[in-house]
Amino acid sequence: MSEPEIVAGILLLALTAYAVLAGADFGGGVWDLLASGPRARDQRRAVAEAMGPVWEANHVWLIFMIVGLFTAFPSAFARLSLDLYVPFTIALIGIVLRGAAFAFRAHGREAAGDASAWGLAFGAASIVAPFSLAIGLAAVASASADRWATPFGVLLGVFAVSLCAYLAATYLTVEAEGTALESDFRRRAIASGLASGVLALACLGLAPGAAPSFAHSLLGRGLPLLILALVNGPVALVAVWRSRPRIARFAVAAQVTFVLWAWAVGQWPYLVPPDITIQDAAAPVATLTALLVVIGIGMALLVPSLWLLFRVFKARNPAAI
Amino acid sequence: MDNVTLARATMGTSLGFHIVFAVLGVGLPLLMLIAEGLWLRTRDEVWLNLARRWSKAFGILFAVGAVSGTTLSFELGLLWPRFMAFSGAIFGLPFTAEGFAFFIEAIFLGLYLYGWNRLSPVVHWLTSIPIAVSGALSSVFVVMANAWMNSPSGFHLDTSGRLLDVDPVAAALNPSTPTEDPHMLVSAYVVTGFLVAAVYAVGILRRRDDALHRRGLVLGMSMAAVAIVLAGITGDTSARFIYQAQPAKFAAMEGLYQTVRGAPIHLGGIPIDSEHRVVGAIEIPYLLSLLAALDPGAEVRGLDSFPPNDRPNPVLVHLSFDTMAGLGTLIGLTAALFWLLYMYRRMIPRSRRLLWLIVAAGPASVAAMEAGWFVTEFGRQPWIVYGILRTSEAATTAPALGPTFVIFFAIYIGLAITTARLLLLQARRNRAAP
Repeated sequence: MSEPEIVAGILLLALTAYAVLAGADFGGGVWDLLASGPRARDQRRAVAEAMGPVWEANHVWLIFMIVGLFTAFPSAFARLSLDLYVPFTIALIGIVLRGAAFAFRAHGREAAGDASAWGLAFGAASIVAPFSLAIGLAAVASASADRWATPFGVLLGVFAVSLCAYLAATYLTVEAEGTALESDFRRRAIASGLASGVLALACLGLAPGAAPSFAHSLLGRGLPLLILALVNGPVALVAVWRSRPRIARFAVAAQVTFVLWAWAVGQWPYLVPPDITIQDAAAPVATLTALLVVIGIGMALLVPSLWLLFRVFKARNPAAI
Repeated sequence: MDNVTLARATMGTSLGFHIVFAVLGVGLPLLMLIAEGLWLRTRDEVWLNLARRWSKAFGILFAVGAVSGTTLSFELGLLWPRFMAFSGAIFGLPFTAEGFAFFIEAIFLGLYLYGWNRLSPVVHWLTSIPIAVSGALSSVFVVMANAWMNSPSGFHLDTSGRLLDVDPVAAALNPSTPTEDPHMLVSAYVVTGFLVAAVYAVGILRRRDDALHRRGLVLGMSMAAVAIVLAGITGDTSARFIYQAQPAKFAAMEGLYQTVRGAPIHLGGIPIDSEHRVVGAIEIPYLLSLLAALDPGAEVRGLDSFPPNDRPNPVLVHLSFDTMAGLGTLIGLTAALFWLLYMYRRMIPRSRRLLWLIVAAGPASVAAMEAGWFVTEFGRQPWIVYGILRTSEAATTAPALGPTFVIFFAIYIGLAITTARLLLLQARRNRAAP
């Protein structure tokens, strides 16, 4: 593999980490907004407790991806920023309001009490951010990044939100193991899992029309991953259904990973189809080499730190995310 | 308004907002580390109380800093795609390093904020060290990127404008880095120190003259006093470097139009372009040459020696420079007075006038820092990459920049008000249940 491909692979891994970790935090916002029943308050508290110590670290994967993209593939970054100005700006507003609202509520609660306006902002922004980011992704896959307002994009946006909700509900089921909340989150996981499945099939159905070359490679090179996703989906749902939360959590995270990787394989070697490939956009080798060294050193510090963070706060249910 | 103006307004608003939270992200962890460390040594609960209060406030401040920092990383591309297409490969490396520093800071902050009851006291204290270190490193790395915009290096351009020989390490360690980086870092401690001192000075003025307020005041003034001295020294070396490397910025800072030997310094006053002079300034002969080159007869280039479209706006730059230097001097004198009285009386001075001065020094330090940042940014104009790429050529062509500006402006105001309100509520609750 050449340096540009290695860096592109690392950025895909960062995107996967962001989706699997921060995606669940967005999903937490969805379930905060939709908290209901006699234990609504407890549901919100469980979301806040699960997110509190980790959401900021999870969020940094996005920043890592952005700076990695503009360092390693500056022209692709510039092009995406131009073409996707509107969805990215809306996602950004969502990200800002989500984070600030969560912190205001978490750290301001004892001072200000439950401020419902910020609670609403937290939930709404948690939907807006993944929705807009997914619209951007759909536009890139369709090879028409400057025309992002399409039914395919909207559908993929809704799919992304439902996946986030699915992730969150599954993780929360693990966190709530043995409490009354477990069944609340299990039901939510089943509902959002079914919705995700239906939406995924609908996206697949629209893909050949909306993103023909992407759909073509998906059924060619991407076929193994697509099959994995199609097989794994029901497995994950069954695990949720049969109250195997740990298996379910793993399977749902794997599902998100398969979807993203299928997308990546589908449009390889293009960063911004139809005209910017990984090689076209790559920074000079000196930059990529230096970047890989920095990433190596950074990861050597980051990985043990992350392990410690999750060890301390998810130890009640070991390996919970 | 055109896209360039809107992009500059949006970027400037975002940076001006973020920088306040960013400097607290650098300075407050160090204070928390010191206070909690003192508690471990002395087992005096007052120190623990201080550390806990600061950590509660920091939970909000860090989150707002994190999300506003995210905005900036996106806005680099959204507002300045051509700038990023050109520069990303050259100056992206320190941004990536900053990304990791931020990662470490966020992780250990999670441990610190939520770990009070889960970690042993010593381990909890240990988690504050990586927060303080990576906070400082974040500032160091990100300012390297800004320094590169002032002193673009680590690459060559061929005749058709293609990038050659990119050396991202040389770009990170560009000639501006050794002067700009230390000045920003110590300024972060200046602002944190004076803001913290101001909070406790208010408390003492309101007759809450207890051990907690006295120690908060003393810790804040300690950081402020050490840092303001270092800010003076690093500011001086910065200015002398700019005299060499960015003469147009230097001329604008001083409001100097004609190139002269034995240049005077202008304190205050307003540069009038049409008259080619500064009106209403106090003029001290020879001092500028002396400060810039350590030689009272040294030649200093004036603005008139640059083509009109290569000149920064001297009104903005000169007034910003004088605001920074003037306020910096005043808050430095305030700190000096505090510590002289402290040493003379062997207790904290309780003169209400002095306490009010300290209260004013808090916001004044923020204003000085913002003004200093204006100097470096407005002083670099009309270039986004000094001498290489003009700001006017770098802005996005995307539509709808106006609404973006309005929306983000409104969001920042909302965030600022809410942050202030919550911090005040926290303070009130702290008093009710210490």
